[in-house]
Parts: sequence; C-alpha cells; structure tokens
Amino acid sequence: MEAVLFFVSAIGALGGAIGVIAMRNPFYSVLALIVHLFSLASLFLLLTAAFIAAAQVVVYAGAVMVLYVFVVAYVGGGGESAWEPIPGQRILAPLLGIALFVELSVAVLASALLALDTKGPDVGAGFGNPGAIGQLLLEKFLVPFEAASILLLLAAVGAVVLANRDRAGDTPSEHSAKRSEGVSPAR
Amino acid sequence: MNVSWYIVLSAMLFTTGAVGIMIRRSPLVILLCLELMLNAGNLALVAFSRMVGNQEGQVFALVVMVVAACEVVVGLGLIVAIFRRKLPLDVDDLRTLRG
Repeated sequence: MEAVLFFVSAIGALGGAIGVIAMRNPFYSVLALIVHLFSLASLFLLLTAAFIAAAQVVVYAGAVMVLYVFVVAYVGGGGESAWEPIPGQRILAPLLGIALFVELSVAVLASALLALDTKGPDVGAGFGNPGAIGQLLLEKFLVPFEAASILLLLAAVGAVVLANRDRAGDTPSEHSAKRSEGVSPAR
Repeated sequence: MNVSWYIVLSAMLFTTGAVGIMIRRSPLVILLCLELMLNAGNLALVAFSRMVGNQEGQVFALVVMVVAACEVVVGLGLIVAIFRRKLPLDVDDLRTLRG
C-alpha cells in the first residue's frame, strides 16, 4: 500500500515538474506546479511529516499559487522568442541535467550513510505533528523562527516598494502618456 | 519505502528544475522552476529527517518554505515592475547588467 502511494505520488510529482518546464503557456505551467505540490504533500505525509504536508498545501498550493495565477493573468502568457543566444542551448541543457542527476545520485547513494537503505527508525505517533514542530520552533529554534518572520516582513515591504510606481504623486494615465512621448518616468 | 527512493526522486525533481531554468526564457517560468528546485530540497530534508528519526530537518524545511515565499513575492514584484515599464519579459533581452 505504501509503495503504491509512493509511486503514484512520485509520478505525479515528476509529471508535474516536467509539465512546468514543457508547457508553452505559463498558465498551464502554474497548473502543473499545483499538481506537483499536491503530490509532494502526499509524499511528506508518507514520510510522517504531517505539519509540513499541511503547510505545503496551505502556503504553496493555497497562497503562493494564487499569487502566481494573478500575475500570469495580469502579465499575460506571451510566447517565447525562438532566438537562442547560445547555439544548441536546448540540446546542451538536458545533457547537463542528466550529468547533474548522475552526480547528485552518486554523491548521496555512494556515501557511507548506511541508514539510506532502511525506512528509518520507528517513530511515535507524535512525530512531525503540529505540536511537536511548534514546540521545536518556539523553544529550540526561536531565533531562526523570528529571523524568518523578519524576512517575510522585509519581503512584503520590498514587494510594496517594487509594485508602487506612483511615488511622485502622478496617476498611471499620466505616466503612460509621458512614456509614449518618450519622456522617462519621474523616479 | 526506503529513504534512498525519496532521495533519488528529489534528485530527479531538482534536475528537472535546473533544466527548466536552462531552457526557458520567461522570468515567470524561471521562478516556477526555482520553486521546483526548492521543493526538491525540501523533500530531501524531510526524507533525511525521517532517516535520522529527528524532527529538526522538518523545521529546516519550514524555513526553506518561508524563503521560497519571500523569493516569490520579490520575484513577482519585479516581474510586474518590468511589465509596467513595457520591457520585454524575456531574460535574454533583459541583459543590461551583464556587461
């Protein structure tokens, strides 16, 4: 049963990942990424990481993907140009990818980590549940937790600064009129 | 399932993300591929935390999620700013800083 679940989730995760890079339209790439994230959440559940799985679904599939969908709808999914600055880039990239995969696999599987071929030790029912993770976050990892919250705050402020172009007080229509006349925006 | 299966899957997902960054031009899709790579790292962290039987790797995965959320917010803000300036959304055209 566990093996079936693993392979179904693994195929979902890999298929979603390949869909992200293969789809021409960015909107479909975002949808493929949502499939990938849900499959990854079920893999986390198989690894007895219930809280991470829930956070994955709520934070990624819920919040971040909505942001992506909005931006794709705003920007519009234009086709990519066929111009290649590096000749043979599309052939070279998968070869480099295969080399990277072999390298990563050899680095991990040929290491002396004997526990890699086990399922890990037996853990109690509370392993990875919200209570246990919360206790770790608020006791042992309090400083990284606060640093993470400051980082989130900084990112939110940065996004507001980046998205706000009317600091000089003029309206967007005036801005586009200026640009069409070839005058640089007053920033 | 043994932990090594999860690690190999994580390596595959990371590779897929890396190949995507190399072959795609749109900054939006490149951000999505960055998400793929971060999530592959998360999967490896959680798998190793299960292997050791210690929950600290899961806390690390949560911090990685926070960093990914910040990266998305700033990256999408940049993309919206680029779009509003009517610049091309193509990483090969946006290369003023390359020297």
